[in-house]
Amino acid sequence: MPSVSMTVNGNAVGGDIEARTLLVDFIREHLRLTGTHVGCDTSQCGACVVHVDGTSVKSCTMLALQAEGCQVETIESLADGDTLHPMQEAFREHHGLQCGFCTPGMVMTAVAMAKENPNLTESDVRHGLEGNFCRCTGYQNIVESIIAGAKAMQG
Amino acid sequence: MYEFNFNRPASIADALTAIADADDGQFMAGGQTMIPVLKQRLAMPSDVVELANIDDLKGIAVDGGTVTIGAMTPHSEVHNSLEVADAIPALADLAGMIGDPHVRNRGTIGGSVANNDPAADYPAAVVGLGATVVTDRREIAGDDFFVDLFETALVEGELITAVRFPLPDKAAYMKFPNPASRYAIVGVFVSQSNGDVRVAVTGAGPCVFREVAMETALAADFSADAVAGISVSGDDFNNDIHASAEYRAHLVTVMAKRAVIKAG
Ligand SMILES: Cc1cc2nc3c(=O)[nH]c(=O)nc-3n(C[C@H](O)[C@H](O)[C@H](O)COP(=O)(O)OP(=O)(O)OC[C@H]3O[C@@H](n4cnc5c(N)ncnc54)[C@H](O)[C@@H]3O)c2cc1C
Ligand code: FES
Ligand code: FES
Repeated sequence: MPSVSMTVNGNAVGGDIEARTLLVDFIREHLRLTGTHVGCDTSQCGACVVHVDGTSVKSCTMLALQAEGCQVETIESLADGDTLHPMQEAFREHHGLQCGFCTPGMVMTAVAMAKENPNLTESDVRHGLEGNFCRCTGYQNIVESIIAGAKAMQG
Repeated sequence: MYEFNFNRPASIADALTAIADADDGQFMAGGQTMIPVLKQRLAMPSDVVELANIDDLKGIAVDGGTVTIGAMTPHSEVHNSLEVADAIPALADLAGMIGDPHVRNRGTIGGSVANNDPAADYPAAVVGLGATVVTDRREIAGDDFFVDLFETALVEGELITAVRFPLPDKAAYMKFPNPASRYAIVGVFVSQSNGDVRVAVTGAGPCVFREVAMETALAADFSADAVAGISVSGDDFNNDIHASAEYRAHLVTVMAKRAVIKAG
């Protein structure tokens, strides 16, 4: 079996895996970091979004071996102990979730968006969420959360 | 997904050797089509030869009259490139309309044109600008590259290294996206260069094609009115859960008008 090594949330991790192992399965099954979700089989829903070398990717549509040597950040990297990341706090404050299944992907997408452009408009956010589906909220509160979270990240 | 051998060569030569040595090898770019296909077990290559470590396949070069984009350049890089936005704004614009941010961070121009999905966006730019597909062994004119549904002029084991676009006087792309996947239900790319007009249509048929009647009309009068009265036949168009053939035919005229207006 091929072996893989990468950095996940600041920790060097690795192991022998089947070549067909998806990055999301490596994260969930091998590392037991189950915050990253799998919501579809068609690469469309974005529940699985993580950051690889600073850019957002669908971890269900990448092989773990393709992340060899990369810096991977998952939803578990955001909070500092009991203190939520400003984007997580904004989702709580603005009711940006209901069942919460899409939320890890939404928050990771939002953080990537806010890093790229701190002064997000509503239209930027809606366009930026085209790869993230939510079955509960109707998106309105997610959009408000992200705009507020992006501001809070600056301060 | 069936198991396979995974190779990650660091040079074009090593990639070609790896493919030649494999029983049934397949190149992988960002995997944005290939991984979904492997998951569905629609393909079962013995070897996957992944191209991400080959520097010669990456990057954007603008010189004089052309923009050359390396096969492994992701859509997000083309979209955000100031050089591309300056040289061919319609191309940077098109790259930003593909899928969603996560797909754009991984999907590549080489993978997109090699795959020749009937609803893909880049084929419209390749044909609509009269671009050239450069491979490890030859150069293929865009007009000859896209053969049929998921079929291209590439022979087995042939590797796309770059796509070279000539600079138009003006150009624009408009698409009607599928609301879930963002793939084009219909997309139309128009360009004008020295009086030569191209109108390339994606999404409507089995693969991208030129709409000659519109090209002739626009060569005489480059205005939305010139194409507004041209209705195309939907006889050979795709007819699926996303849209009927008639609706696609209607959209071709609407998107062509909008693209002409956008081109200015
Ligand atoms: C949710 C979703 C939405 C999408 N929406 C759109 C959209 O709106 N518009 C659009 O155009 N596309 C869309 N795509 C497709 C996306 O643009 C990818 O670029 C495209 O799937 C190709 O992916 P890739 O570059 O990762 O290639 P891969 O998936 O790795 O490869 C695709 C094919 O090309 C071959 N190949 C790859 N590179 C080369 C090369 N250099 N030489 C020869 N053969 C090669 C591979 O062997 C494989 O057969 C979407 C994809 C997803 C998952
Ligand atoms: S689980 Fe990755 S896109 Fe749905
Ligand atoms: S909160 Fe339930 S899917 Fe988004």
